[in-house]
Amino acid sequence: MTKLIRYLKSLFLLELIQGLRLTGRHLFTRKVTLQYPEDKTPLSNRFRGLHALRRYANGEERCIACKLCEAVCPALAITIESEQRADGTRRTTRYDIDLTKCIFCGYCEESCPVDSIVETHIFEYHGEQRGDLYMTKEKLLAVGDKYEKQIAAARKQEAAYR
Amino acid sequence: MFEWVESIFTALPFGVQTMTLIILKIIAILLPLMLCVAYLTYAERKIIGYMQVRIGPNRVGPRGWLQPIADAVKLMFKEIIIPTNSNKYLFIISPMLSIGPAIAAWAVIPFSDGMVLADINAGLLYILAVTSVGVYGVIIAGWASNSKYALLGAMRSAAQIVSYEIAMGFALVGVLMAAGSLNLGDIIRAQSGSVLHWFWLPLLPLFVIYFISGVAETNRAPFDVAEGESEIVAGFHVEYSGMAFAVFFLAEYANMILISCLSAILFLGGWLSPLQGILPDAVMSVPVLGGILGDGLHWLLLKIAIFLFFMLWFRATFPRYRYDQIMRLGWKVFIPITIVWLLVVGVGVLAEIPPWWHKG
Repeated sequence: MTKLIRYLKSLFLLELIQGLRLTGRHLFTRKVTLQYPEDKTPLSNRFRGLHALRRYANGEERCIACKLCEAVCPALAITIESEQRADGTRRTTRYDIDLTKCIFCGYCEESCPVDSIVETHIFEYHGEQRGDLYMTKEKLLAVGDKYEKQIAAARKQEAAYR
Repeated sequence: MFEWVESIFTALPFGVQTMTLIILKIIAILLPLMLCVAYLTYAERKIIGYMQVRIGPNRVGPRGWLQPIADAVKLMFKEIIIPTNSNKYLFIISPMLSIGPAIAAWAVIPFSDGMVLADINAGLLYILAVTSVGVYGVIIAGWASNSKYALLGAMRSAAQIVSYEIAMGFALVGVLMAAGSLNLGDIIRAQSGSVLHWFWLPLLPLFVIYFISGVAETNRAPFDVAEGESEIVAGFHVEYSGMAFAVFFLAEYANMILISCLSAILFLGGWLSPLQGILPDAVMSVPVLGGILGDGLHWLLLKIAIFLFFMLWFRATFPRYRYDQIMRLGWKVFIPITIVWLLVVGVGVLAEIPPWWHKG
């Protein structure tokens, strides 16, 4: 009997008609497309975009060249060299992130004891020639200086969960 | 201005006159057809997009209306790459073999009462013959490309088209038994009366089978194993680029419109108005209103559009058939059903069952 019912169902295309009804209904539903350059999705505070090096309010760079980020980086995208400064503190002389290697996992940010290396909300950037996506210390600090307000705001909102 | 054209026209020898008229008619059919093909691709992308809860192309021109134009321009400027080990002659000729029949079949399509390029009495036979030739384009393209994927796609589509041709042919036999004529115009006239007089009702299984076979015949989803982009890249036209590819594309869409048009003519009464027999004759004789509600080209176009919409709807809904299931469906389901229904139609015609088969 069930066999007969199944046979009749396929003969009269019942299940195909059900499928057609489903897609037919979707023809009239509200479309979820986001018109990208005009509309943008909201970004989480934890969004992991372009990297930046931060400074303290007095202008001193945060990074103490502990090299934890270099060690934790799974893509080996970070290169750090350091030396002792005249005032006795240890600072980096070189802090490079190769964005073509980086996988944006966020481990560098997690590992940083002084919240120096962070990932910002910037994701619409590009390089026009070879080397443009190789971020040097100067470039990273410049990004940090430019977007400090946004970075600090995001960190503040997330503070309760960290 | 018209007298000037007319004076030149009448000065021409009779043979040239006929020739000019025929060429003008061909242009009058082909230009709108090509435009329809272009905008069918746009409609396809839009409708499938809408069914997938997206909005489809909307950047080129207002609401994306210029998208097909942009696509055509892009394809025209692309290089036609001919693979080194291909058979160059066959490689070039196969797109033409593909589009030739797709366009030639339009010669016998009656668009309205008397609006037909070649009113031949073997119209249905001509259609069947010409559309069958289209498969050579596909086979030769697959062979000439000298590529495994192309050959596989060509083999699949050849087997598929040949199998479904039989079920399709039987469905057409049903129509010609019911109408008693091979002339497409006469087939439509045999359906006049009302919506219930159209052949979709007495030939319902044949109608469904004809349309499904038509979808299979044009290698459209869910029967698009010949292209099968997830398995064999693009099937028979993997190696084609630029305008050569575009010609295959044109042929596929022209065939889609042709199949829809034939379904409308054979089963839904072509140019006949669905309001015939419902509205009183007095309404039909009102100048403008009667023209809109009465028989005419616009009803045929509307019916074609409905069938085309169904084809796009199928593509948005159904997953691709497995190859052996396609063969099973064609040989073990469609052909038996059509044969049984041919018997039923035969009995119906002999018994002169009204309202379809009564002797006037």
